[in-house]
Amino acid sequence: MTSDNRTVVVTGIGAFTPLGADAASTWEGLVAGRSGVSLIEDEWAADLPVRIAARTAVDPGEVLPRPLARKLDRSAQFALIAAREAWADAGFTTPATEEGSPIAPERLGAVVASGIGGVTTLLDQYDVLKEKGVRRVSPHTVPMLMPNSPAANVGLEVGARAGVHTPVSACASGAEAIGYAIEMIRTGRADVVVAGGTEAAIHPLPIVAFANMMAMSKNNEHPQAASRPYDKARDGFVLGEGAGVVVLESAEHAAARGARVYCEAVGQGLSSDAHHIAQPEPSGSGVARAIAQLLEATDVDPAEIVHVNAHATSTPQGDTAEIKALRRVLGDHLDHIAVSATKSMTGHLLGGAGGIETVATVLALHHRTAPPTINVDDLDPEVDADIVVGEPRALPAEGRLTALNNSFGFGGHNVVLAFRTV
Amino acid sequence: MATQEEILEGLAEIVNEIAGIPTEDVQLDKSFTDDLDVDSLSMVEVVVAAEERFDVKIPDDEVKNLKTVGDAVNYIVTNS
Repeated sequence: MTSDNRTVVVTGIGAFTPLGADAASTWEGLVAGRSGVSLIEDEWAADLPVRIAARTAVDPGEVLPRPLARKLDRSAQFALIAAREAWADAGFTTPATEEGSPIAPERLGAVVASGIGGVTTLLDQYDVLKEKGVRRVSPHTVPMLMPNSPAANVGLEVGARAGVHTPVSACASGAEAIGYAIEMIRTGRADVVVAGGTEAAIHPLPIVAFANMMAMSKNNEHPQAASRPYDKARDGFVLGEGAGVVVLESAEHAAARGARVYCEAVGQGLSSDAHHIAQPEPSGSGVARAIAQLLEATDVDPAEIVHVNAHATSTPQGDTAEIKALRRVLGDHLDHIAVSATKSMTGHLLGGAGGIETVATVLALHHRTAPPTINVDDLDPEVDADIVVGEPRALPAEGRLTALNNSFGFGGHNVVLAFRTV
Repeated sequence: MATQEEILEGLAEIVNEIAGIPTEDVQLDKSFTDDLDVDSLSMVEVVVAAEERFDVKIPDDEVKNLKTVGDAVNYIVTNS
């Protein structure tokens, strides 16, 4: 129970994304090369420099009962829906606190992160304060806006008492949450952890703020072509929203209850740039150190890596820095690695990205198929890697396969997660 | 001024909106916390909605005395 190097596996997945209201429909959208980006039709967007985003395919209000939804920030709504799916997918039918549960609440954790937290709640309630007065500000405002709210609500839902955590590292948050969860199980603090990332920041202030950093695509004329990682004409990311959640479990615990296992969650590599608060280190040295640390800390064999779900947000600098880092550490191995940028379809979910891209990576191994990167009409010659362009690609049908999921965040955070078929 | 029946009906609609409890279950003897799934935060919402609907002031100190729907109805009848 307290061994400090236990094997961790993925036993459940859930997703609520611009491509679908669950993991299966999201995966269908990914392999079909469908874009989830559209023009923001709301009146508030009319005068913004950026008027495109990737909204969730289904409104969470259609899924959650209204009395529950009104007490949750949109980011927590996404996380709860995805967590419920993952929990059920892992074969759990009741919260851990109920009698007969196969997992004790004291051995169950929840680690769910977002980059910005309940930003729309904060801004909307400030509008209420100004327009309607003190008395009308919702008493639920604080529990809704706090960044740990999605984790806490997921923890309440499943009955997690081993620890509920929210690592915050901008766009690396979701991946860092999953890495943290892997460690909780590996080192024996928990047997099962529900982990993932969520984000709901489609609101004029975050959009204008990102746009003023020159970080976003302004291709309002062609929304579905705006997110174009690795293409020469890429001009920034497209904001997406949604959540991706996985159930991680010690291999021993999963075997004991006869759970279906998607793959092994091998481990993580972490580093920080100490370069600039928002710009990526252009040579990719920080990212390279994260990948090198992963290879050092785990038994991942570079020869077995067949797929990378890249961070690739469609910014001019970031996309190439990441490829340089992969080349630097993996060398010639990179020639047989299918690199996919699923943000070309989902947009960039900030802290949610690591969540939905982990779900995509797990399913890529499960189906032995790498999803495509869309909108690569003119591949940037600086991209020295085998990008999966346009169509999905079959991964080797036989043998053990390893895949990486990269996530980086403003602040210089680099997180690389590794998954492997069993 | 609203009658006791009208106030009960109004409170039932408010509790339905906030906690999702069917209006017919909101009866005078029901406890907000124990019977109607209205926790202390949601109770603040019920109070603010009731203040607006019945044009009455319910001071924060008074809220803790409103244990049941009947307590709230009586307070509103007496003070509006």
